[in-house]
Amino acid sequence: MKEPEPRKRGARESADTTNLLRELVAHLRENRTQLREEWARRITEARLLTAMTEQEIFAEATSVYDNYVEALETETFETLQAYARNLSERIIPRGVETHEVVGIVLLLRDVLARSLFAKYQSDFQTLNRILDAYEPAANRIAITVAVGFVQERERTIREQQEAIRELSTPVLQVRERLLILPIIGVIDPQRARQLTEQLLRGIRTNRARVVVIDITGVAAMDSSVANHLVQTVEASRLLGATVIVTGLSPEIAQTLVNIGVDLIKMTTVGDLQGGIEEAERLLGYKVVLNAETRA
Amino acid sequence: MEDETRLPIRTDYDIVAAREKGRSLARQIGLSSTESTLVATAISELARNIVRYAKQGEIIIGLVDDGERKGIELEARDQGPGIPDLDRAMQAGYSTSGSLGLGLPGVRRLMDEFEIVSGVGVGTTVRVKKWKQ
Amino acid sequence: MPVPILKQGPYLIASIQSALTDADLMLLRDALVERVGKFRSLGVIVDVTALDVMDSFASRTLRDIAHMIKLRGADTVIVGIQPEVAFAMVQLGLTLEGVATALDLEEGLEFLDKSAKQRRQEMDRRGR
Repeated sequence: MKEPEPRKRGARESADTTNLLRELVAHLRENRTQLREEWARRITEARLLTAMTEQEIFAEATSVYDNYVEALETETFETLQAYARNLSERIIPRGVETHEVVGIVLLLRDVLARSLFAKYQSDFQTLNRILDAYEPAANRIAITVAVGFVQERERTIREQQEAIRELSTPVLQVRERLLILPIIGVIDPQRARQLTEQLLRGIRTNRARVVVIDITGVAAMDSSVANHLVQTVEASRLLGATVIVTGLSPEIAQTLVNIGVDLIKMTTVGDLQGGIEEAERLLGYKVVLNAETRA
Repeated sequence: MEDETRLPIRTDYDIVAAREKGRSLARQIGLSSTESTLVATAISELARNIVRYAKQGEIIIGLVDDGERKGIELEARDQGPGIPDLDRAMQAGYSTSGSLGLGLPGVRRLMDEFEIVSGVGVGTTVRVKKWKQ
Repeated sequence: MPVPILKQGPYLIASIQSALTDADLMLLRDALVERVGKFRSLGVIVDVTALDVMDSFASRTLRDIAHMIKLRGADTVIVGIQPEVAFAMVQLGLTLEGVATALDLEEGLEFLDKSAKQRRQEMDRRGR
């Protein structure tokens, strides 16, 4: 995501703004202790950052405040951006929500704006010019922090999805040369692909000759996923392994026939138990009940 | 495209050299071993089309970056006879087993993006991209 | 680089060592089809473990080899296709239909033994 471009300004206006911001920054530095406390109090009042203790809120408030003032002073946002990312990284695992982060930044914006009102209330013209300089910068700060937080959150979510994907497709060896791949949940093209890659590697490392893919836990399947399944079966065969698919629900069987997926090449067995029995037969195992069980 | 590598394609030996180059570039920018194999296979198909139908041409391998992702771009260019019926060449059956057609539908399935321009008597340019997952 | 072909009892083993040009593949095809008759071999193993790309030409040539060898009265098994290569092949729609495949050399030999035995039994049944 791109940061919004700062408003284009003429040279004189720009120098003017810089002077005003300098004056503003001096005011915010002078009143740092009081304003920071005021802000922290309002955060607690608004019941934001409830996952954090009061001391933590105060500590974070201090560094946000200083970064905020610095961004106003230098009119650059890189440091703030890096800080926002770092802050997000620390507070996301604590369960802090997007509205809370946006909320506290807007609160700070308000606290500072009110103190500007109080200081310049007698000189309306200066107040107006100060606010003209302050508002765009403050908005930009709010956007920078919010965007940083959201991006960090998206990154965390992506990482978690990745981890879940890997966990959710275990390739299990049940006997020598026999693998089982139970698939549960929704299969999208990306997961289907990952699943295939994992299975093919599993076949090679375990020297598998037969694979049972159980899709009892798959609720629905569209044509692109069905084609992936057919491709997985074909690729496994190229490696020298036979695939048995088990647990096709009546709904999926119906869909597959309706969309005309070529299933002739696929060996299917009703349930997982039957699939394992068939696999053992292919591998040359014989199931014999011993005398004790028979008696 | 930045960091272009241009490879002239004339003989079947050039096909082998081009796909090896493509694979190593793909690995360099962090494509997985599976993705790099897909890239190398696509290069092989495109280069073979050049040798077979146009006799000579070139393959340009470049790195692309759209700000969020990195990827590899291949451009296969020749001044050969061109493809008279592009629509048909792009349909040409799912499992041609390589016996019919130009293998272009296969290349499209291997890669993430696919563009082709062809003029009879002018030549053919195929541009494909593979993004890092 | 030509592919070495080893004779191992009743079988021929072609073990591909490096990337092959189209010309190398044609040479391999011709040599196998000729030698399977000369040595009266029962089966052929083509080991492709070292191949990191299998495009439509290579795939079609391997299929042709298997079919020609079949006509010469022997079986063929392709062994050692790498996982990434198999993945790319199915994306391309190349599935080596009607051609036997096995994980590695050992599995390939086992397949040929079994297949030869089945063939003898079949002959016996027909003879009776």
